[in-house]
Amino acid sequence: MELSRIRNFSIIAHIDHGKSTLSDRILEITGAVESRDMREQYLDSMDLERERGITIKAQNVRVPWRDHVFHLIDTPGHVDFGYEVSRSLAACEGVVLVVDAAQGIEAQTLANCYLALEHDLEIVAALNKIDLPAADPDRYAMEIETVLGIPAEDILRISAKTGEGIPELLDAVIDKIPAPTGNIDAPLQALIFDSQFDQYRGVVSSVRVVNGKMRAGSKLRFMQAGADHEAIEIGKRAPATTPVDELGPGEVGYLIAGIKDVGDARSGETVTTASHGSTEALPGYRDPKPMVFSGLFPIDGDDFETLRESIEKLKLNDASITYTPESSGALGFGFRCGFLGLLHMEIVKERLEREFGLALIATAPSVQYRVHRTDGELVVVDNPADLPEAQKIDFIEEPYFRVNIITPKEYTGPLMDLCQTRRGEMQKMEYLSPERVELHYEIPLAEVVVDFFDQLKSRTQGYASLDYELSGYRRSNLAKVDLLLNGIAADAFSTIVHRDKAFDYGRRMCEKLKELIPRQMFDVPIQAAIGGKVISRETVKARRKDVTAKCYGGDISRKRKLLEKQKEGKKKMKSIGRVEVPGDVFISALKLDD
Amino acid sequence: MTSADQPFGVYVHVPFCASKCDYCAFATWTDRHHLVDVYLDALEIDIARAVAAGMPLATTVFVGGGTPTLVPPERLGAVIRSIPVTGDAEISVECNPDDVTHDLLEHYGDAGVNRVSIGVQSMVGHVLGTLGRRHDQRNVASAVEAVRSVGLPTFNLDIIYGAAGESQDDWEHTVRSVLEFDPPHVSAYALTVEAGTPLAGQVDRHPDDDDQADKYEVVDTLMTAAGLENYEVSNWARPGHECRHNLLYWRQQDYLGFGCASHSHRDGRRWWNVRTPERYVDLVRAGAATESAGETLDTDTRRMEGLQLAVRLRDGVSPEVFAPHDLDELLRGGLLRRDHDRVVLTRTGRLMANAVSMRLR
Repeated sequence: MELSRIRNFSIIAHIDHGKSTLSDRILEITGAVESRDMREQYLDSMDLERERGITIKAQNVRVPWRDHVFHLIDTPGHVDFGYEVSRSLAACEGVVLVVDAAQGIEAQTLANCYLALEHDLEIVAALNKIDLPAADPDRYAMEIETVLGIPAEDILRISAKTGEGIPELLDAVIDKIPAPTGNIDAPLQALIFDSQFDQYRGVVSSVRVVNGKMRAGSKLRFMQAGADHEAIEIGKRAPATTPVDELGPGEVGYLIAGIKDVGDARSGETVTTASHGSTEALPGYRDPKPMVFSGLFPIDGDDFETLRESIEKLKLNDASITYTPESSGALGFGFRCGFLGLLHMEIVKERLEREFGLALIATAPSVQYRVHRTDGELVVVDNPADLPEAQKIDFIEEPYFRVNIITPKEYTGPLMDLCQTRRGEMQKMEYLSPERVELHYEIPLAEVVVDFFDQLKSRTQGYASLDYELSGYRRSNLAKVDLLLNGIAADAFSTIVHRDKAFDYGRRMCEKLKELIPRQMFDVPIQAAIGGKVISRETVKARRKDVTAKCYGGDISRKRKLLEKQKEGKKKMKSIGRVEVPGDVFISALKLDD
Repeated sequence: MTSADQPFGVYVHVPFCASKCDYCAFATWTDRHHLVDVYLDALEIDIARAVAAGMPLATTVFVGGGTPTLVPPERLGAVIRSIPVTGDAEISVECNPDDVTHDLLEHYGDAGVNRVSIGVQSMVGHVLGTLGRRHDQRNVASAVEAVRSVGLPTFNLDIIYGAAGESQDDWEHTVRSVLEFDPPHVSAYALTVEAGTPLAGQVDRHPDDDDQADKYEVVDTLMTAAGLENYEVSNWARPGHECRHNLLYWRQQDYLGFGCASHSHRDGRRWWNVRTPERYVDLVRAGAATESAGETLDTDTRRMEGLQLAVRLRDGVSPEVFAPHDLDELLRGGLLRRDHDRVVLTRTGRLMANAVSMRLR
């Protein structure tokens, strides 16, 4: 394949700005997929992705256009998957930026554009949905010019829905995005930018060849993993998979090498030949680090082994999950899991429940604290239960995030208020246009992981968007708040919070639990305590009536069945301090309203 | 094989009503009076067949509904007389206070009826209205007077608490008014929302648990003070006036039901008849079985059901049927009390009988 006729690019767009529709339209217009085979949003294959309208795992597809070959590389669409986005972009020479002509650019899109610019990628910008009555392409073209320096007159106007402007967009890809460069005679260097586990074929990796040739049947070396594997099959996706004998420089395709675990073929891995291979790995690889930690517990204790097997299976396809067994007085046996972010956590939990039929409880998300002990030792704690006793702690550091929010200017007040209550410090405020503002904050991650995104959306009627990245650790005055049911600490509710907020947090949790915990046979005291000192107390008054009034000839079977049903329902409850707590109480209680 | 010391009950269902109360989920109809005659014929045929097949002598008979007093008393009397009973049998009929007259009760008495159960429900006009009942609370006095003048040895007054708009004072008034009649037996039921009733669809009229619990405490206090002892969750009686027929249900003893939708229980098997009077009449005429469906409980289920029923009674259960830590908790929490070698529900416990039943093992 002649390099000059290859174009590799990603589409950068905010959720709902039409990336999937555009991908579908490109597949159709280039003839890669017969229109009768068109399935809405062809590239988003995972059910969960379709439902949430986001791409979790990257895909790639090869399409022909006017004597050229395009490799369209899909990128994950959420902030939690920033590293995966960067690896996908590393496989491209350019990006197509798609912005909703009725809404303008969003924070994450902007962040991804900056990422693309860092990779020296060419940007082809397009305003989508120009068929909508609310479209205001001129206004948003000016905005893009202001924030990204792309001349407004160069920005294309398209409708992915109707197909208007798509051929012009594809022509612009040929004209503006550079062809890949690479040396076919150099030792092989190929970048893995995504890996997925297929139960029949093992790990299927998406690869971009940078230099040299990748040949089917050859022995390959995975440089970061330090392992050799045979290239059992290589091929291209057009979008149906087609095996090929070799992939040359600039080409994008898939690789199957008999690998069982995606952790052995991570995004960012450099693949070369086992003999006479490259000595230099491609830049940019790193281990994705979990940011958010939570305990996952089966509601039915008997499901513990099933949960273990399910997480192991899920990890085959998602190397970024970490897990270690955890035992909780309140919840029994489960796993302490690490996630890239909150969405990632929700997705993993939902997939475990949906794909493996488990009912799970997730404990309060926690971040990783650096605890400096009085004896000089540093311990990293991601579980409040592991926090050393107060007198043994010298000080604690917590992670901070650099948070960027883009919002219509009328919501600036409510958002500043939100960031303020979350211990945020404003760094900068910029006007992107007369109507839209970008806010830059430093906020403790612990304040972001609980409910921040929901609050952001509800305070701005969904108009604000958010991007964030780790900025570092800072010393904070933190305390562990325990919650006691009937005098027994419900460890699942223990949380590390800033001392200024501890009293308020304890009070609100007590009130919330009072609302959520159903009345029991006896009064149930609910207490919040710091280090044994009670800071708040509520009581769930005993239930007073639970009786079948009439129990005659025809009622007896009915009553027995009712009691049998109640017994079944009881199995779905967790018992803490002899208090029956429905599983969803944990989740509801942790959603604190401001 | 039922001997004199092994109780055996007969239940007869009369599915006709003048109007339907909006909380009622029983198999009753207000538009089928034209079926009364053929229905009573069918009952007699059905009973005669059971007698021919060797039905034991009944120690108790209970005629319920519906509104049994709606059908001609001489005809109902004939049905009752067709049931072979022991010499000391308890024979009860459920009555609407509006229908109870000296004349009606004489017909019943001639047929052997020695107990009536009168559906008072409330002694407060607006509460009766909310319940969808048509009778006038003043008729209760004349009904009780008729019972006494005919000389029936015992009777029951039924009352209901928890109707929308019923205040604590209203309820206390009802209980006190009922006690003024000096009844030997009172049943007080918490109004219960049954699926499929008009009440079920009107959430704002649903009773509140705490309100009903308060009312239960009121009725229990006043009954006890008046010398009526609680012997089952919803039933109070002077000694010797307990309803033997209902006790038979609660002790898992045997009974046969006649009429549509009636339930039967013999030797661990329970079954119930077709629901509508038309189908019942047709099946009896065709000489076919009137059973709609049934169940046979395995030993464990039957034992558990027995405990669930027994725990509601004054005699309680053996402490061993609770795990030691549950027993301890229930005793300390004041839901159970010890009575010699038994444990018995306290008043608080009776209100929580279902929750306590969950701890049975």
